[in-house]
Amino acid sequence: MSAVVKLSNVHKSFGTNKVLDGVSFEVGRGEVAAVIGQSGSGKSTALRCINALETIDGGTIDVCGHAVHDAKLDRRSLRRDVGIVFQSYNLFPHLTAEQNIMLAPSCVKKVSKSEARDLAHDVLRRVGLAEKAGHFPEQLSGGQQQRVAIARSLAMQPKLMLFDEVTSALDPQLTGEVLKVMEDLARGGMTMILVTHEMAFARKVASQVVYMHKGKVWETGPGSMLDSPKTAELADFVGSGL
Amino acid sequence: MTYQFDFSALWAFWPEFLQGAWLTLQLSAVSTVLGFVLGTLCAIGRSDGPPWVKFLVASYVEVIRNTPLLVQVFIVYFGIATLGIKVSANAAAVIALVVNVGAYTCEIVRAGLESVHKSQLEAADCLGLSKPQIYWHVIIRPAIERVYPALTSQYVLLMLASSITSQISAEELTAVANRIQSDTFRSFETYIVVGIIYLALSFVVRIALWLFGLVVFVRKRKLGTAL
Repeated sequence: MSAVVKLSNVHKSFGTNKVLDGVSFEVGRGEVAAVIGQSGSGKSTALRCINALETIDGGTIDVCGHAVHDAKLDRRSLRRDVGIVFQSYNLFPHLTAEQNIMLAPSCVKKVSKSEARDLAHDVLRRVGLAEKAGHFPEQLSGGQQQRVAIARSLAMQPKLMLFDEVTSALDPQLTGEVLKVMEDLARGGMTMILVTHEMAFARKVASQVVYMHKGKVWETGPGSMLDSPKTAELADFVGSGL
Repeated sequence: MTYQFDFSALWAFWPEFLQGAWLTLQLSAVSTVLGFVLGTLCAIGRSDGPPWVKFLVASYVEVIRNTPLLVQVFIVYFGIATLGIKVSANAAAVIALVVNVGAYTCEIVRAGLESVHKSQLEAADCLGLSKPQIYWHVIIRPAIERVYPALTSQYVLLMLASSITSQISAEELTAVANRIQSDTFRSFETYIVVGIIYLALSFVVRIALWLFGLVVFVRKRKLGTAL
């Protein structure tokens, strides 16, 4: 299996605060990797580095054939291959759901308006929100907004999807509807990396779990590793959630 | 108090009042549009430009906001003449008003730009939009929507302030009034009439900007809520 994402010995500091301390892991095509860990363990930073939202201090990151660590990286071409969904949705408040989705295909891929609209309806259907096309973000629930955000990323047909704690702001019911969309995506063969606190979801959907602690990959393995942690820290982390 | 009001002498001048009012509207409309463009570009420059652009814009804004409009009008009018360029009083008036309102617009729009959360730019950036596209689709539109009430006030103020250009004999409403009062000697009545016309013009400008806002800000029109 060819690696879609490969981090090797990645280092990153904010000032004197070392956030990533030699992080390495890889994610193959069609794999779902769940990155877990306490707040401040560096998991969100690792995700943001993959998408060049943060520049790294050392090591290498290869994503879909792009050398992300390279200063000459063509960020826009990287962004064509990688979609990201944020905890706070970040929909554009002045645009309808449909317009939110149409924006990137028409601006970046120069798709015609009618084509972009068809595409928008297509992805909205995939996240179960076909009837909300004309709604503005503030008219949607948090879960619906997050699904629109996922649809917006999907419309660019990325090879890799990143999810940064996408359900952390949602109540259990809304979390469920967002996770279902993500599960469908995973089943459809999308390569995904998700930073999450949803242990049950990680266990069920992830082909690989990466446990981060103090800026390092502390333990990694299949979802079942959560049931039999090797390190005391993971045992502690998993145990505290139960 | 034995003053006898006599408006009858002014009736004969209504075409002139009307013409003055029309020119006031034209001056204001052109200055508003150009001032908005100038101010918005300056706001982008001041919030996101290289240091020398920031410095240039900041200097421009502070100079304009801390000197009287009348003095600015004279400087433009006589300055252009000194350079040997022939422009009409009306053109000089527009230039001065644009320069003036551009500075105020810059600060209002800049407040709007800063109100757009960084996460919005990040999201747009991650979707692969270029910087100009991000500015156009993601920053400027919500920014303007947020500060639109402040801009409306500023442009009504601009229309009223255009009366100052009567001093360089731009034939707008106040200049017309000055002439009529010296012809009729009914100064008090003349300026009461002019005051009422300005009131009406303010109303017209507000309505026009409100309607424009309804057309442009679809979300606002449909939901009625502030962004």
